[in-house]
This record gives sequence, structure tokens and C-alpha cells, in this order.
Amino acid sequence: MNSKDNTFVIDANSRTPLNLKEIWEFRELLYFFAWRDIKVKYKQTFLGVTWAFIQPFLMMLVLNIFFGQMLHFPSETLPYSVFAFTGLIIWNIFSSGTINSSNSMLTNAVIIKKNYFPRIILPLAAVIVSLFDFMVSFILFGGLLIWFRVLPDFFRFIAFFPLAVIIALITTIGTGVIIGAMSIRFRDFRIVMPFLIQLLLFITPVIYPISAISNKTLYYVLALNPMAGAISLARAALTYNPVDWTIIAISGGMAVFIFILGLLVFKKNETLISDLA
Amino acid sequence: MKTILEVNNVSKKYSLSGINPAYQTLSGSMTNFFRGGKSNEREFWALNDVSFEVKEGDTLGIIGRNGAGKTTLLKIISRITSPTSGRITGKGKVTSLLEVGTGFHLELTGRENIYMNGSILGLKKKEIDAKLEEIVEFSGVEEFIDNPLKFYSSGMQLRLAFSIGAHLEPEILAIDEVLAVGDSLFQQKCIEKMTSIVKSGRTILFVSHNMQALKTICNKAIVLDAGKKVFDGTAEAAVDFYNTEHRLQGQTINLLDLPRGKYAGELIFRELRFATPAFQYGEDIAFTVLLKTVNPSARKDNVIFGANVVDRFGNNIYHISNILTNQPFTHNSDNDEYRFSIKNNLRPGQYRLTLCLTVNDVVQDFFTELINFTVEEGNPYGFSKTEFIQGLVFPGFEIKQIID
Repeated sequence: MNSKDNTFVIDANSRTPLNLKEIWEFRELLYFFAWRDIKVKYKQTFLGVTWAFIQPFLMMLVLNIFFGQMLHFPSETLPYSVFAFTGLIIWNIFSSGTINSSNSMLTNAVIIKKNYFPRIILPLAAVIVSLFDFMVSFILFGGLLIWFRVLPDFFRFIAFFPLAVIIALITTIGTGVIIGAMSIRFRDFRIVMPFLIQLLLFITPVIYPISAISNKTLYYVLALNPMAGAISLARAALTYNPVDWTIIAISGGMAVFIFILGLLVFKKNETLISDLA
Repeated sequence: MKTILEVNNVSKKYSLSGINPAYQTLSGSMTNFFRGGKSNEREFWALNDVSFEVKEGDTLGIIGRNGAGKTTLLKIISRITSPTSGRITGKGKVTSLLEVGTGFHLELTGRENIYMNGSILGLKKKEIDAKLEEIVEFSGVEEFIDNPLKFYSSGMQLRLAFSIGAHLEPEILAIDEVLAVGDSLFQQKCIEKMTSIVKSGRTILFVSHNMQALKTICNKAIVLDAGKKVFDGTAEAAVDFYNTEHRLQGQTINLLDLPRGKYAGELIFRELRFATPAFQYGEDIAFTVLLKTVNPSARKDNVIFGANVVDRFGNNIYHISNILTNQPFTHNSDNDEYRFSIKNNLRPGQYRLTLCLTVNDVVQDFFTELINFTVEEGNPYGFSKTEFIQGLVFPGFEIKQIID
């Protein structure tokens, strides 16, 4: 390797744009951070990785008893358990991903202050951890579909479900890096985030279908929350019901907007991170 | 020889806002906003218009007192923080070793930690694969390499951490005094390894308070003082310059600028003066403390000071206080000087000072391990290799043989 020809310049007056090439160069570090967090998270626990599906499973049971069996919430032709579980695993990508990535700067402050790497790797690694949890619970999800004999159309599922996950992921990355960068400057975010996420859960159609909203204006306003579109789309992947592409488009557009905004906000604050962390 | 690193007019400004500069709160920033953006920020230039160049294969020492800007300079060159103004051009990969073992996780095994720490230090997985055996062998923890780090002694953890650092091979390596720790035999091994790295023609930037090590390892050096470059030349000349110019001046630290916790704050620490920036081995640790009256109507009798000397590993080595000797003071005016003197049998190295001030049993001001000082090379026994002596302090002792 002849890296001696790699001239580098550090100039206080030039603001470099988001350096994708550099992030690519540090991809192994991204992998190691994610790997470390996954390993450490499950290594010490008695049940290990099983926790990744015990949590949504118990949540689903409780939701099913109260909202499915007792309150008879509508569930778009799906068994309520499957309906709720689909919502939960997509929602969990967002909730755990956002909280973890917004904490990632502070929990790794020691490393940030003593080493250089593109800082955005930390929130990205945190989102990968959430994606891993999602994949584990996806196995249980498969079992659930078999148990309730929900047989989705293969091509519809292959087309819709990954798209739903992608919308959820870019929303999570966008929100995670914004909050991550801001929590370096204002520690308040660390306290307020879990609470905000809880609030958001209620305005996201996790335990109810978005189609249950009869007020048309409110219906479209709710779609501004990208997770609403992501969850609706994930459920649509399991049924043969018609899809309201307007809300998917609104949610998808918002997801892309949040993603780009996140990268811009992060880039703007990146230089401050090691000084303030 | 080709120039490998060129530093041009680099400056770095830090803002100290309010009493705790470490971070802002939302409410504070909103208050500033409504006050028309005027905050009570104070500026502090950690580096001020520093320029120098390094040729390929040079080992450049960076000398200066605490807070002179040495670490900031390394951080800027290795991109950890960005300069406020100025420009740096260089060739090749820069790796900084400001601390060993960053990113170590106690739940991971030694082997896993090598991969984690190595990749944080900028090594590729392939490079770690290739060096793994050598790193493990060098550290001497082969037997435990697949056990979680939490079962390692602190010495073993440190050795593993050093081994990874010692096997970095970037074009430019920036090191911040990491060699000053570790048990003595291993430290010797590290210095040998360092010397071989130097001989292999790699370019090294080396920050140290250990003038002896600096003279052996470096061929050139710069001296920093309050963020400015005051000397640039051979390592020998730089050490001489530093010793004559700066040792005699002592060191004054403005304590009003340092972050502190929330205490009563009616009477606070204003200034601390060390007689010298580095103490000789065995020389009394002497410093003078000045106070500032914030609330003139508050009581000023029964003034008690507490001071702790803590080593780099967090061991609390000395604790002194005028309450122990039952000698409370009454503060007359802010011109009063409080002179501290501590008998010193510390092993050479860096130490931190904790200072506490109480008036009538109410804590007024408290600095935890914020002020650094150095005890220079040497021992009371006339032994030639101080680094072989173990223990946190070097006590006076006697070993006698009673012949029967």
C-alpha cells in the first residue's frame, strides 16, 4: 500500500461537505462499534438474544388482551396479535434506534475526545444494533404468521415490507443524528428523549390502524409522521387490502426530509463534538 | 529530507461559558437568546499562531507546562478537534495515541478488545489479523487472551493496551506521554520498542514531561508556552531552553477560569501558584493559594483547607488539611496567602491535586483532580534505574543484617 502519496489538508477556513468516501473507509470501525454493542448487550444476560423477542412478544400479548380482545380495536383484516406485533417491531427500530443513537455521543465521549473517526459512525452503529434486534424479532414474526395462518402474497410482501423497513431506518438515522448532535450541546435531550418517544407512540398507529381516523385532515397530518406510513405499509404487506399511496408518499417524503436535515445538522455540529463531549 | 507535516499559523480558541464550560443547557442558551445573543462567554486561546514543520523520519518533541497547548496541538494534527484558524498539510496517515486502551470494554475478551481498540486507532481488520500474534506475545497475557477483560488485573489491561499502541505503523504517529505509566519492566520494553520505531524511519510527535526520555527519543523539539511557540530547535537545546526559561518562573494557575461544582461559593479559590512547574524528586510540594471573597458579608472564620494528591490511576496518595492539625484560619483580606508544603516521597510521574475549601463546615469551593503537577525523575537511594523501583511512594528505609 502506498499511502505516502495521500496528502491531507486541515484548513480552518474550508468546510468540507459530508465525506461519504471517508465514512466508507471507516466501515470496519462502524462494524466493530455495532458488533461491540450487540455483543455486550446480550453477553451477560441469562437469556441472551432471546430478549430481543421476549420484549415485543410480551408487549404484543398485553396489547392483544386489552385492545384486541377487550376493546375490539379494528385491525385491518389481520388477527390483532399480528397487527400489533407488526406495528411494534417497526416502531422499535425507531424508538430504540433514536434513543441509542442520541446517547451514543455521550456514552462514547472518552473515545471521541482521544481518537479521530467520522463521528457519524457512532449513531449509525447504534441504528445497526436496533436493526439487529429487529431481525431477531423478525424470526418470531415469521412464527406468528404461521401460527395465525396469515399467508401474505409473496411479491407484495417482498415489495412492501422492505420498503417499510427502509422508511423506518432513514427516519431513525435522521432523528438519531439530529438528537445525537444536539444532546452534545444540550444535555436536556438525554432526559427528554425517552418521554418524547413515549408521546410519539400514541400519535403513531401502532396499536390502532391509521384507517380508523375518520377526520381526513387529521389523517393526513398524522401521515407527516414517517413512522405512520412505514407501519401502514408493513401491515399492507401482509394483507390484500388496497394501499393508500398518498399517506405512504407523505411519510416517505418526510423520512427523506428528516434524513437529509439530520445529515446537515450533524455536519454543522460535527466539529464541536470533541470539544463539548 | 522531504517535509511530511507543515503547520501554518494554527490557533485554537475555546469558549468558557459561565461557571461550567463543559456543556450548555437549553435554558441557559435561551436566556442568552433573549438577551440578544450576549452570553457571559470568556475566550481562551489554547493555541496561538503556531507554525513549524516536520521532515520525514524526524522525531519531534513537544515541551511545555500544563495548559501550554501540547495536547491541543496533537489533537488538531490528528483531526480530533478542528483549528479555529490556520492550515496544516501533511502526507500519509496520522494516528494519535493520546491514551492507551480507549474503547476497551470489560465484558469483551482480550482478543476482542484488540480488534475493537485497534480499529479505533485506525487499523484495518486485515492489519490486526496480521499483527495479532505479535501483539498478544508482546503483552504477555497469552493465557488469558480469550477471557473477558474484567478478569484481568489493571497491570495486565495496561500491558495489553500498550501492546496495541506499540504496534501501530502509520506514517505520522502522535504520542502523548503514554509511556509514563505501566509497571517498570514493561515500560522498559515499551521504550525499546519505541526506539526501534524511531529507527525504522517513522515520523513521530512526542509530548512528554520526561525530559530524559525526550532527549533520548527525539532529535528535534519545540517549546510551547501559553499557546505560543517560544522555541524550535534540537531536542537538547529545547530541553535546556525549557529548563532555564521556565523552571525558574514557577507556575500560576488562574482558578477562576476552571470549571467547578455548585457549592456555597461565598469564598472561592482565586489563584494557585506552584513554586516550580515540576518538582524534583524529594522536593517539598509547595504551592500558594489565594482566595476571592464573593459575598463580603459572609463569615470568614473557621476556614479549613483540604488537599489530596492523586496519581494517574486515581490512587489517593496524600490527604492533608488544617483540620487534622486543628489550625483553622480566619480570612482577613483577599491579599492573604495560604502557603502549602507537603513532604514528598512520590515516585516520579504526573499527579493531580484536589482542593477543597470550607468555612464553618460549609463547603465553599471544590476542585476535583483538576490541577496537574509533575515529579521529575529520580529516587532517594542513588539507584541508577528509577523505573525498576516499584511502589507508589519511595519511603526512606533501612535493611540491616544482624550477624549472630
